[in-house]
Amino acid sequence: MTLRPHIASLAAVPPEPLTVADLACRRGDRLLFQGLSFRVDPGAALHLEGPNGSGKSSLLRILAGLLAPAGGSIAGGGSRGFLGHDVALKPRMKLGEELAHWARLDDGRQLLPAAMAAMNVAALIDVPCKHLSSGQRRRAGLARVLASGADLWLLDEPTAGLDTASAALLASAMAAHRAGGGMIVAAVHGDIGLAAPQRLQLG
Amino acid sequence: MFLTLVRRDLTLIARSPALWMPVMFFVLVAALFPFAVGPDARLLGRIAPGVVWVAALLAALLPVETLVAPDLEDGTLDQLASRGIAMELVAAARIVAHWLGFALPLLAALPVAAVLVGMDSATGWRLALALLLGTPALAALAVVAAALTAGLRGGGALAGLIILPLALPILIFGVAAATPGALKLLAAASLVSVAIAPFAAAAAMRQD
Repeated sequence: MTLRPHIASLAAVPPEPLTVADLACRRGDRLLFQGLSFRVDPGAALHLEGPNGSGKSSLLRILAGLLAPAGGSIAGGGSRGFLGHDVALKPRMKLGEELAHWARLDDGRQLLPAAMAAMNVAALIDVPCKHLSSGQRRRAGLARVLASGADLWLLDEPTAGLDTASAALLASAMAAHRAGGGMIVAAVHGDIGLAAPQRLQLG
Repeated sequence: MFLTLVRRDLTLIARSPALWMPVMFFVLVAALFPFAVGPDARLLGRIAPGVVWVAALLAALLPVETLVAPDLEDGTLDQLASRGIAMELVAAARIVAHWLGFALPLLAALPVAAVLVGMDSATGWRLALALLLGTPALAALAVVAAALTAGLRGGGALAGLIILPLALPILIFGVAAATPGALKLLAAASLVSVAIAPFAAAAAMRQD
């Protein structure tokens, strides 16, 4: 599974649908899920639902290529943008430096200003990351996903710690991503503002 | 890509409050030895290269807990891996940055340490060359040990136990650098360590 052969612009070539067949995940001795099959088309979104420990985060990590599945196959989905529980911001670096670094790795420097504006972090670029609140860190992590230009967003409880206004920003960013042919798979508890999501119940 | 990763690691090292710790440690160990073994100049002169090498090894080990563990805990490795960036590349960049961050200041401080242990200048120059050849291996071993012990409690102490036996060839040939043959063996041992280390460290960093 090559994850990011090249950052394609969304409009140029629509990404292949994400197709998951007969996926199984084992953590230690425990079988979290097996026989999992689903498909996410360009422009579609999938809610992963289920109690704590049912394997939502593990499934996202498998889709992001961070964890090897115990069985099954994954095809398509294009390039990945992943936001887990840990937002990977270094305490002594300024937020602007952090986002610029990741944008450089993603070759997404021209997308960064719009991404920072969309998640309302443009005013925070001179703030060292250790002084950011958890909601601000979350927004920064989401801005990094936006700036990556990835086809498939893999979001682990993206609204955790966000206030109402920020959640609305996320909702419109996700809508714009889907309108451009992007895909979203999100682990959620309740509603995160995705229109007409597919749902997958784990556990 | 590689240069971006190295520059990033160097920036993080430069911002770290522990930036000067390894080189301070190196000088302090060198200063301590004359007090410990007494002011016999001949004895000091004979053990001086060994003292400097042990001090360099310990200095390379000092920041071992900050080399990989923070990236594992804060999700940085996840972000890199989800971009399809090879962990071997990440580990190699880390080795280069760690070497620049600890070995260059250490070489700069070598004249001070040489005076403290009463080394003559000919030995000092040979030792500088030996350190230049051998310290990349110390940096590589430190990154491997850091990757192996990241996420473990007391990882730093364990990393020390892992590195010390592996560093023996570097130490032996490094101290014997007065002879040209030893210098070549030192270069060879160093090259092997540096060549293998990114793959060993990457295997440890790819844990799930």
